[in-house]
Amino acid sequence: MTQWIEIGALTDIPRLGSRVVRTPGGNIAVFRTESDEVFALDDRCPHKGGPLSQGIVHNKRVTCPLHNFVIELASGQAVAPDEGCTHTHPAKVENGVVWLSVRQAAAVS
Amino acid sequence: MLDKVTKQKLVVIGNGMAGIRTVEALLERAPDLYDITVFGSEPYGNYNRILLSPVLAGEKTVDDIMLNTVDWYEDNNITLRKGETITMIDRRTCEVVTEAGERVPYDRLLIATGSNPIMLPLPGKDLPGVIGFRDIYDVDRMIKASTDYRNAVVIGGGLLGLEAANGLMKRGMNVTVVHLLDTLMERQLDPVAGGLLRKSLEERGMVFKMPAQTQAILGEDRVTGVRFGDGTELPADLVVMAVGIRPNFELAKKAGLYCERGIVVSDTMQTYDGRIYAVGECVQHRRQTYGLVAPLFDQAKVCANHLAMKGFATYDGSVTSTKLKVTGIDLFSAGDFAPGPDKEEIVLQDANRGVYKRIILKDKKIVGAVLYGDTIDGPWYFQHLRDGTDVSHMRERLVFGAANLGDGGVSGQSSVAAMSDETEICGCNGVCKGAIVKAISEKKLFTLDDVRAHTKASSSCGSCTGLVEQVLAFTLGGDYSAAPKVKPLCKCTDHSHDDVRRVIVEQQLKTIPAVMRFMEWKTLNGCHSCRPALNYYLLATWPGEYRDDQQSRFINERVHANIQKDGTYSVVPRMWGGVTTPSELRAIADVAEKFNIPTVKVTGGQRIDLLGVKKEDLPAVWADLNDAGMVSGHAYAKGLRTVKTCVGSEWCRFGTQDSTGLGVKLEKFMWGSWTPAKVKLGVSGCPRNCAEATCKDVGVVCVDSGYEIHFAGAAGLHIKGTEFLTKVETEDECLEVIVALTQLYREEGWYLERMYKWCDRVGLEQIRKRVVDDVANRKALFARFGYSQQFAQTDPWAERASRGVDRNEFAPLAELELA
Ligand SMILES: Cc1cc2nc3c(=O)[nH]c(=O)nc-3n(C[C@H](O)[C@H](O)[C@H](O)COP(=O)(O)OP(=O)(O)OC[C@H]3O[C@@H](n4cnc5c(N)ncnc54)[C@H](O)[C@@H]3O)c2cc1C
Ligand code: HEM
Ligand code: SF4
Ligand code: SF4
Ligand code: FES
Repeated sequence: MTQWIEIGALTDIPRLGSRVVRTPGGNIAVFRTESDEVFALDDRCPHKGGPLSQGIVHNKRVTCPLHNFVIELASGQAVAPDEGCTHTHPAKVENGVVWLSVRQAAAVS
Repeated sequence: MLDKVTKQKLVVIGNGMAGIRTVEALLERAPDLYDITVFGSEPYGNYNRILLSPVLAGEKTVDDIMLNTVDWYEDNNITLRKGETITMIDRRTCEVVTEAGERVPYDRLLIATGSNPIMLPLPGKDLPGVIGFRDIYDVDRMIKASTDYRNAVVIGGGLLGLEAANGLMKRGMNVTVVHLLDTLMERQLDPVAGGLLRKSLEERGMVFKMPAQTQAILGEDRVTGVRFGDGTELPADLVVMAVGIRPNFELAKKAGLYCERGIVVSDTMQTYDGRIYAVGECVQHRRQTYGLVAPLFDQAKVCANHLAMKGFATYDGSVTSTKLKVTGIDLFSAGDFAPGPDKEEIVLQDANRGVYKRIILKDKKIVGAVLYGDTIDGPWYFQHLRDGTDVSHMRERLVFGAANLGDGGVSGQSSVAAMSDETEICGCNGVCKGAIVKAISEKKLFTLDDVRAHTKASSSCGSCTGLVEQVLAFTLGGDYSAAPKVKPLCKCTDHSHDDVRRVIVEQQLKTIPAVMRFMEWKTLNGCHSCRPALNYYLLATWPGEYRDDQQSRFINERVHANIQKDGTYSVVPRMWGGVTTPSELRAIADVAEKFNIPTVKVTGGQRIDLLGVKKEDLPAVWADLNDAGMVSGHAYAKGLRTVKTCVGSEWCRFGTQDSTGLGVKLEKFMWGSWTPAKVKLGVSGCPRNCAEATCKDVGVVCVDSGYEIHFAGAAGLHIKGTEFLTKVETEDECLEVIVALTQLYREEGWYLERMYKWCDRVGLEQIRKRVVDDVANRKALFARFGYSQQFAQTDPWAERASRGVDRNEFAPLAELELA
């Protein structure tokens, strides 16, 4: 069952940018695209654990700041020729509010 | 297009590798000088003829080998008349005449008609099924034949013949290679290496008939066989003639241009008619004709220079080397290896490993080399051959190669060839040579971008780019030099950096989306390469008007600190000219303790680096440093970084001027400015040069009578001493020249192009002319820099520490706990 948690306003995340959500299981990066879609990924690059939240967002992808892996926001998959996958979490926007469903972890503070 | 009327007309005959390389080089040097029309018999854009062999072998497709697509011509305002052959040049009226009889006028004409395969004058040579190996049309016919027929005969055991035979074999045909002599590739190989080559090709299933003279080609409606001088016959459904090429100069000869074995040209690539130039396989230069691309590209460069009316370059001929492009066979040959009385040779033969090396010496120099089985040192020998190095001191061990001599330092090339597979090439991403070579050969990579994408080598700081290019060059041999020269900014666009910069100004484009729309970007929001570049170009072009786009900044510039491998940051406060005070040091110490900063380190640029700061602590760290009077040191910026100084006349017994004071003055004037890539300065108080000013982007060396200004140095993976720019008498002049120089670089440099690369590209004289000689221009540059500094000199740390700029950037959006 999906349990949705309210994490903030859409406008708190810059367009083509990202913010971090702290969880006991590690940081989750929440991204906002140019067309105001949101995506959530573990904030760990499949390459060497770089913080994806700090990368440059383009279309529905983010480039890791450490060594430029490009990750698909929707699937967490590294764009070829790179290989690897980052864990994704369901995220959505309703009436300007961003909701996140943390897989495996739960509950709000 | 109104100005087309007044532009000079350049007509190019031959849409091939040499002709188009010349046009590309011309566009780089003088983009608007000519109205260009290109005639080509083939119905395509320009493609990489070299790679027809891998196309035939099924390792590449025709699309893979296109160098300039039809769009490229359009984008560059070039009229491409593909599929049209020129049949006459009328020198009296300065016109060329097409097959259809149309006359097209020229002011300058470039002939680049290449060559034709030699078709032996044998009975039956015109039968269907008998073809040469020269263009896409030939390859198409061979591929077709391989699906319909079984038996192929290739006449000619040279480079081309063997590549054709290999391709046809890969396509499933039974292939026999017929060769007149008893050594394969006799022009590149000696009998021993030829024998080894034959053996390994035979192991792959190739059949040889040699020595053998072909007497007739048999068949009625189509070829059915080949008959030889000894009376024997072989069945054949396909005969490929690969016995050589003949420069294609009929057209020139008919026009009365002086020709011998090719169109005779001077050192400026001009024919006997000064309006008519010729390049490529169709020319004869200093009695030589060439059949490989490397020399043709050298010719193209010289010819383009002359056409651009920058007629200082001359072509002095080329020495060539060869690699056979048959996957799995390592073969390298260069220079002259025919035995002779005045020559010595050194031979190494290791039958078990299948290795053979022969180095030919004359007058203590290498004049030729043949390598089989282990070609890793090929480029190294070739380098010594071209340089004419005296190798007598390493004669005994020469044949074992560069690695065994510890001769890594002669040039980058030699060191790459000598490196073991474990040698790390890219320090940033920890990529070793073996990994790059493996990726190149297994994934069939041909460009630097490919290598970057697959291995990450050279994708970060880029300082190992040169090394990676060399790894590419020696892994691919001749293929590599075929990469197109005018580089697009990134994969999101076909436009070059220069195009983008020019259009931003011309069209008054003031936002990133506007640039992308106008220039028809191929991706939605660009990528991590082009967005930061565009952001810089807009910022530098429209100071005070353009709003910096934080989301198009690399993380370091967005948060004004350097990201580290564990996601923490480093903080480097500015220390003007490397001078600090006890109270600043005390404040730094306090900050380090208060925030548990694990490492405090002195940097190479005379600053103090606090490493391992957590992102959310950054604003508070900055606030404390600000309180002690310190601001951002921009150690993360593509901008002015440090000015390193020595103690100079204030303290030093050798000091001639106040180098420290000048350094501080420069830094105070220039801090905060954004530049295409980082800029580091140095000021030394005398020629002892303790501030190491002559390996900086800009360096000042003080002397009794004034200040010597140097620039374009580097001391990273590339080490390069500076170029001397000029000498001035006063501090004020010194500041003015350095600022003007930096501004010119800001206006013309490509994003991420260091000053020394920019200087290489634009030329020292060009820069000196505009910054030193033209005083009015210098003052204008200085004024523009000053204007833009009004908007640049706010401390980014203070904005964020106390004025709440970008507050969101440093705090998490939410914190979740377990239920
Ligand atoms: C299969 C193969 C493999 C090769 N491998 C290598 C290699 O590994 N390394 C290497 O360095 N070199 C290699 N070469 C050689 C290299 O491709 C040539 O040296 C190079 O392409 C010559 O360039 P060019 O511009 O002089 O001639 P081309 O590229 O042949 O261009 C000439 C063009 O002019 C056109 N033309 C001719 N006459 C007219 C006319 N009257 N009107 C209009 N158009 C005309 C032709 O159709 C042709 O398209 C190889 C060649 C082949 C065929
Ligand atoms: C003829 C050769 C040289 C002489 C006579 C010389 C002399 C000096 C002297 C007298 C000082 C003292 C300044 C002080 O008291 O702080 C000094 C400082 C220094 N020297 Fe040299 N030097 C020479 C060459 C070099 C070279 C080649 C380098 C490095 C490439 C170098 C690096 C330095 C450095 C880093 C300092 C400290 C500068 C500063 O930060 O103040 N020196 N040198
Ligand atoms: S600090 Fe510079 S030299 Fe040192 S590891 Fe990092 S990139 Fe390499
Ligand atoms: S460069 Fe000259 S003035 Fe400066 S510290 Fe060295 S010796 Fe002294
Ligand atoms: S950690 Fe992300 S690319 Fe290396």
